[in-house]
Amino acid sequence: MMKTVRAAFLTSLPVMTGYLVVGVAFGLLLQKSGYGVVWAVLSSVLVYAGSMQFVLVGLLTDASGLVAVALVTLFVNLRHFFYGLSFIDTFRAMGRRRPYMIFSLTDETYSILCTAKPPEGVDGKAYFFWIALLDQSYWVIGSIAGSLVGSLIPFDLAGLGFAMTALFLVLLVEQWEAFRTHEPVFVGLAAALGALLVFGRGNLLLPALVAIVAVLLLLKKRLTREAYATPAAVAASGAPPPSDGPEGSAP
Amino acid sequence: MSPAQLHALGIVLVAAMMTFVTRSAPFVLFGKKRGTPPVVLFLGTYLPPAILAMLVVYGLKDVQPLDWPYGLPELIGVAMVVGLHVWKRNYLLSIFAGTAAYMVAVQWVF
Repeated sequence: MMKTVRAAFLTSLPVMTGYLVVGVAFGLLLQKSGYGVVWAVLSSVLVYAGSMQFVLVGLLTDASGLVAVALVTLFVNLRHFFYGLSFIDTFRAMGRRRPYMIFSLTDETYSILCTAKPPEGVDGKAYFFWIALLDQSYWVIGSIAGSLVGSLIPFDLAGLGFAMTALFLVLLVEQWEAFRTHEPVFVGLAAALGALLVFGRGNLLLPALVAIVAVLLLLKKRLTREAYATPAAVAASGAPPPSDGPEGSAP
Repeated sequence: MSPAQLHALGIVLVAAMMTFVTRSAPFVLFGKKRGTPPVVLFLGTYLPPAILAMLVVYGLKDVQPLDWPYGLPELIGVAMVVGLHVWKRNYLLSIFAGTAAYMVAVQWVF
């Protein structure tokens, strides 16, 4: 058990940096809007969705109607629908841990689980579960800290949020090398840039995802026929040794 | 609990419920024992690299390439992260060094 937790902790460290920072920002914002630490805990434990919780602060301040809240949440979080698609079989095997795995599938936990591989002698299911649980604990701790002492932070945190982008970048490099084809990466870049230009910064994720799914389905025959994906990538877990050599494309 | 607080609690609970709905929908739709449809398996395999590329763009969405500093801090951060990761394969090193470089760039250089 300790071995599993240790392995999961090491894997989750990159998320820890990002979640503590962004969690503090959330707790602080919520507190400044008149909702103290109890509300920070409630939303980070029950809602647990990074960007949605920032939207939630606005909804709370405006005392929005519940139907509006439901619709806004649905649209902000609709992207999560596509995340689950990669873990249907993996989570099915997880028994009583499955509901929590589904509940806690945030952008960051999703990204980590896409490439996470349990070390020798560690049970993969417990390892996945602990990654998910540790990730949420960072988020909750960050929110509490932000709510209680966020306004006392003595040094300039400007730019620390880049840790999240850095996490996505590192995982993208891993994904780049796990696949023989890099077409999905370019599809993702093109769709996101296109959505950014057309729909603006505020709501680029959902249109980008729809475009990604559409284009991938168009490419399905070719991608499948050429059997581009390495076996490990097909299993949607673990990055095997690179087959193409590192090229590391940056947007 | 005041009516306002009760309403706030309702807002949090509705947000929590709808978030779980979006996360559990694929499992409800395709999670049956009789097996996952091939098209879902296909998407499940090829979506991760595309989604991560999208999230990277999302992280960089506030860059203004046409105005000073032309996204240079981001470029430095991205180059640092990718370069270090391709070279050393160490998650923490790549993320910490890249973020530190970015912070120095936005706070002191640009």
